[in-house]
Amino acid sequence: MRVLVTGLSTFWGGRLAQALEARDDVEVIVGLDTREPRVPLERTEFVRSDSSYSILQRIVKATQVDTVLHTHLIVDSTRVSGRVLHEINVIGTMNLLAAAGMPGSPVRNVIVKNSGLVYGASSRDPYFFREDAPRSGPPKTNVERSLLEVETFLRDFASDNPHISVTLLRFANVLGDHLETPFSAALRSPIVPEILGFDPRLQFVHEADVVGALMYATSHDVPGVFNVAGDGNLPWSEICTIVGKRRIPMPPILTNIAAEPLRMTGVLNLPPEMLDLLRFGRGLDNRRYKRAGFRYRYSTAGTVEAFAQGLRLERTIGSNTPTYQYQREVEDFFRHSPAVLRRDS
Amino acid sequence: MDRDPESQPTVATASADEVAEIIDLRPTPSAELVRVPTIEPTAAPPARFDGERRSDVDRWGRSERMRALTRTVYEPLYKYWFRVEWEGFEHLPVEGGALLVSNHAGAVPSDAPAIMHGIERDLGRPVYGLAENLFRRLPAIGTMWSRVGGVTANPDNAYRLLHDDRELVLVFPEGTKGTGKLYRERYQLARFGRGGFVEIAMRAGVPIIPIAVVGAEESMPILWKSKRLARLTGIPYFPVTANMLAFGPLGVVAYLPAKFKIRVLPPIHFDEEPDQERYSRSRVLNATERVRREIQDALYDMLRTRQSVWFG
Repeated sequence: MRVLVTGLSTFWGGRLAQALEARDDVEVIVGLDTREPRVPLERTEFVRSDSSYSILQRIVKATQVDTVLHTHLIVDSTRVSGRVLHEINVIGTMNLLAAAGMPGSPVRNVIVKNSGLVYGASSRDPYFFREDAPRSGPPKTNVERSLLEVETFLRDFASDNPHISVTLLRFANVLGDHLETPFSAALRSPIVPEILGFDPRLQFVHEADVVGALMYATSHDVPGVFNVAGDGNLPWSEICTIVGKRRIPMPPILTNIAAEPLRMTGVLNLPPEMLDLLRFGRGLDNRRYKRAGFRYRYSTAGTVEAFAQGLRLERTIGSNTPTYQYQREVEDFFRHSPAVLRRDS
Repeated sequence: MDRDPESQPTVATASADEVAEIIDLRPTPSAELVRVPTIEPTAAPPARFDGERRSDVDRWGRSERMRALTRTVYEPLYKYWFRVEWEGFEHLPVEGGALLVSNHAGAVPSDAPAIMHGIERDLGRPVYGLAENLFRRLPAIGTMWSRVGGVTANPDNAYRLLHDDRELVLVFPEGTKGTGKLYRERYQLARFGRGGFVEIAMRAGVPIIPIAVVGAEESMPILWKSKRLARLTGIPYFPVTANMLAFGPLGVVAYLPAKFKIRVLPPIHFDEEPDQERYSRSRVLNATERVRREIQDALYDMLRTRQSVWFG
């Protein structure tokens, strides 16, 4: 298998490249990003590209990759500006799919890591979204709009290219020891926000299960749309109890305006998508991917518990997030110098 | 042991320690040396981790502990105020999913708590009550409503509760058209929606159990409604009730002591294949009308024999 990973320097790109390197059936791993990888990699080839992947057709032709793992979709609107978001999510995916679907393309598998954000969060929602359930209302934010647009591209791409297996995974909110999300940031901070009078049920998926779910799609032919979320759900109050944090109430009306001072002072960055979740919660029906054979290691409660244990460890020994400084010359030496004995030689 | 002492020691017969020694003595670097240490997410043991719950809130938001507390508080009201009497209780199934369909009345409906309380107390099964998604938008009240078994009336929710979880689900197809009736329209059933509830029961393959309630209409009768205030406040209807005239502002929560009689009718089973994409409109509407008719007839029958609003 020859795999192309987008967003190599992001958390997920790095994690997946590492997981792919451990597999013997993966011959080539090509990682794309604008920045250098931030995790140690043994044999992944890093290619610097612009954020919208305009050089992708050449790369696909040159490397003859058969699997594309598209992990680089921004789901956290606090990270980048609206324009960059559009560039990465919409234009990036468009160019990626154009390259994967060009005449004579070697690509046979496209796997996309999307988010449950595409379902939105409102009072009219079902408690558990099935993959074919429609949104209850039109998208409200840039992130939601761009992710929905990505899905439209994918649907068209899948119907234009019936010989390519397209897997679209929609993930619940992720928690883990190393990942930074608005939720993990909120749960790390000494005071955790809640919306007064609301105690929504939320669902989480463990970062190990995210990697596992994406890897499962690379090794099994599972075309289609799948939700990925830990079993069950937990009220926000219980999540805070497990993590051992006290909640501070935010007003139930004009919540977005009340969150603004927190954002401006940098105390907490609460994107509007998160405020909706803290009001209505969201549940994904995770049974279709289970029927396709995937096994979860963490339930929602297990995910939160594991996150809480990681926090306790961190309080004692400090942050144990590994850091890695990428150096082109060193990496090139290990990959290409005739002096290095490589595993397959 | 009984190995031929003449044979040469080979790698195949050497112990693990010896093999390691042989490899260590090789003059060339092993391929292992070029491996950069990595965090391997797949290296952790694949044991399942489910954590530990700290509350008993189920995935629908219902908390049995909260229900038990509510039942304790509500019991005197149920027993001494409304003096609820049941008929046909044996029609309620002790297991499996069933959709309970009832008439709906009272400005702040008093029938749902009475039905849920009675079934949970005497049958020992939880009842999930479907209601408007308006509840989910209300701070505090919405959370309480959810903890005591309220679920948004979404077809997916109802199907999953009935079919997958095999629970009892209570629905009032009249919705706010039933609770917003004026006193002079009492016990005249409003339209039963578009029959969505019948379609869900068919799809889930569960019976419908019609329930007729007498008493809720008189516990909080609506004398007059303000369209303008309803529009202004965004609630479905803005009533002036007899209770408000009698108790002032307290009338919003104070019920009149009407005698409650609840009659459970025999289950209606549908002769339809479950899990169909769609069901014949005409059969759904016929079944809807049948359920409505049965409850309406039961109500008339019960009213015929009722001597007094307060004493039954």
